[in-house]
Amino acid sequence: MEFKTLLFYLFSTITVIAALRVITARNPVHAVLFLVLAFFNVAGLWMLLQAEFLSLALVMVYVGAVMVLFLFVVMMLDINIERVRAGFWSNLPLGIVVGGLLASEMAVVLSGKYFGLANLPPQNLPANYSNTKELARVLFTDYAYPFEVASVILLVAIIVAVMLTMRRRKDNKAMHSSDQIAVKAKDRMRIVKMAPEVDLPASGGDKA
Amino acid sequence: MLNNFVMPDLYPAAPEIFLLLMSFLVLFVDLFFGATHRWMAAMLTAVSLLGAALITLVTSDPQPVLTFSGMFIDDMLADFLKLMTYFAVLMMLVYSRQYLADRGLDKGEFYLLVIYATLGMMIMISAANFLTMYLGLELMSLSLYGLVAIDRNSTRCTEAAMKYFVLGALASGLLLYGMSMVYGATGSLELGGVAQALYQGQSEKTVLVFGLVFIVAGIAFKLGLVPFHMWIPDVYHGAPTAVTMFIGSAPKLAAFAMALRLLVYGLLGLATDWQKMLLVMAVLSIALGNLAAIAQTNIKRMLAYSAISHMGYMVLGLMSGMVAGKIDPFTATNAYSSALYYTVAYVLMSLGAFGAVLLLSRAGYEAENLEDFKGLNKRSPWFAAMMLIMMFSMAGIPFFIGFFAKFAVLLAAIKAGYVIVAVIAVMFSLIGAFYYLRVVKLMYFDAPVDSAPITAGLDVRVLFSLNGLAVAGLGLFPNEVMMICTTALLRSV
Repeated sequence: MEFKTLLFYLFSTITVIAALRVITARNPVHAVLFLVLAFFNVAGLWMLLQAEFLSLALVMVYVGAVMVLFLFVVMMLDINIERVRAGFWSNLPLGIVVGGLLASEMAVVLSGKYFGLANLPPQNLPANYSNTKELARVLFTDYAYPFEVASVILLVAIIVAVMLTMRRRKDNKAMHSSDQIAVKAKDRMRIVKMAPEVDLPASGGDKA
Repeated sequence: MLNNFVMPDLYPAAPEIFLLLMSFLVLFVDLFFGATHRWMAAMLTAVSLLGAALITLVTSDPQPVLTFSGMFIDDMLADFLKLMTYFAVLMMLVYSRQYLADRGLDKGEFYLLVIYATLGMMIMISAANFLTMYLGLELMSLSLYGLVAIDRNSTRCTEAAMKYFVLGALASGLLLYGMSMVYGATGSLELGGVAQALYQGQSEKTVLVFGLVFIVAGIAFKLGLVPFHMWIPDVYHGAPTAVTMFIGSAPKLAAFAMALRLLVYGLLGLATDWQKMLLVMAVLSIALGNLAAIAQTNIKRMLAYSAISHMGYMVLGLMSGMVAGKIDPFTATNAYSSALYYTVAYVLMSLGAFGAVLLLSRAGYEAENLEDFKGLNKRSPWFAAMMLIMMFSMAGIPFFIGFFAKFAVLLAAIKAGYVIVAVIAVMFSLIGAFYYLRVVKLMYFDAPVDSAPITAGLDVRVLFSLNGLAVAGLGLFPNEVMMICTTALLRSV
């Protein structure tokens, strides 16, 4: 067995086990950490396919940034695990049947015959071949249009996220420095004109 | 390094570029004037759509043009569908202005998301590549999820948006999975390239059909055909009526374009397979849509089930293009243009029916139950007559646009040899007539429950009247509308 094939089986075995642990782990923090492990191993698989740039981007963006942020979110939220997991065991048999059926169907159709390892040998490229440069070349020429559309999708995501979550709170203590500088004396102090107090005659209310 | 790169021709994509730039303008105008001048965003949106329509007309070219490395296509079909889309969105904006203002939903975000959803539809309509088709679909769907959730304090809206989002994401995943399989088998993401690879017959049939199943599932979700229809009643019911009207109109045109481009332009070589899948889904949709609509008391839910059955009828045309394994250009054009005709007619009727719901709603009151239509004739004979036209047309009663649409689709199915299917479709259309005519009965023969005067503004009144007259009037010239549809199809790739 070639060393590369050994690496492939190592990475894919760890990926599958880690992915299974993501959905079976009792502690959400552990689940996130297993997801990090799965991503890391997928990055290794991509490296084997000679997709160096994508592999490194996966490590930096997903492992380094997205999952760390996700970890914070999971740690801050007080998730009631028992409530989330309620019904897990009762739904498990049905889930296994459906999932097993899907997986076996896919295995029948997609087994080694069409998409096997033998069909996808990465070409042997020269040592000075730059994956990043090639990717950038097609991204900004042939794929410029989908690239732009994808950026519009991200813009929509920002707009919707702000729309759904931004609430102007009444007890907000935010400072507006421009307002503070432009303040005038009459904004701070109000002079109220009042009718002078008139001393009533000592006789009081007695009119008699 | 960039020797063989040609700068793309931006001219055919001018409407998309214009609309995108205008969306930035709306974004900034809303940022600075949104709090004080709410009408500005609405006005600018309408102006952008009119401008895009003008540009589409000016840049229209009888010959199909490909640009952006063959990812974008501008043909007569695209121009026709885009013009219909602007038209439907503009009508929705006019219908819903008062409704949104009464509920405090006329925020800048509403108009922005409407523009981006429209842009997504245009990208779908002009897609000549799996990638652009998928991105257009995502742009449209993401904007629609946001629009459904726009009333964020209402639990009903949030629940509908959540359901729509989860099921929509699943459908996108299915579609993408199918596309990746077809790419694996043919080695091309371009619809033309896929068609050519299929024609040469070198690809693995098993993988292709496997991918096709997922692609058809994704399309069926967007059209709302039966095994993938679960989201429609809940989303139509839960969303604010203005948004329901939007989802029920223009996206149907984009979904039709998606079905036509993917299945007919890209995967025609597999037509014998996908026609069978569409056949089953069409019959199930017609049956379930018409039967379930009878049990509804909420008119938005009723129209949702009616939408499912209407899309079933539309698919009857789409699946009749190839007869006995052979493509005859005349029969195929006839079948696909009948489906296009049906889609356009349905969009017009759907706008009218939801328009009636908006017309009868007022501040703090939603006229969304069938009860609210009781005795409409006593409150306003004119609007009752208009609603009668919509309902008759939807039921497929002769001399309205809906009748000729159904007639064309059924004729196409019979010509393709699906006589039994056509008979079943007619039977269910008779069953379906019950719930449309029930609305007419409520309007004319029952005493009003709600006797408040109709407070809708002049714009909504005029538009609703025009919409009703168009449904009746276009029914008098079925051949002319059909001619436009056929020409658009013939002048496409």
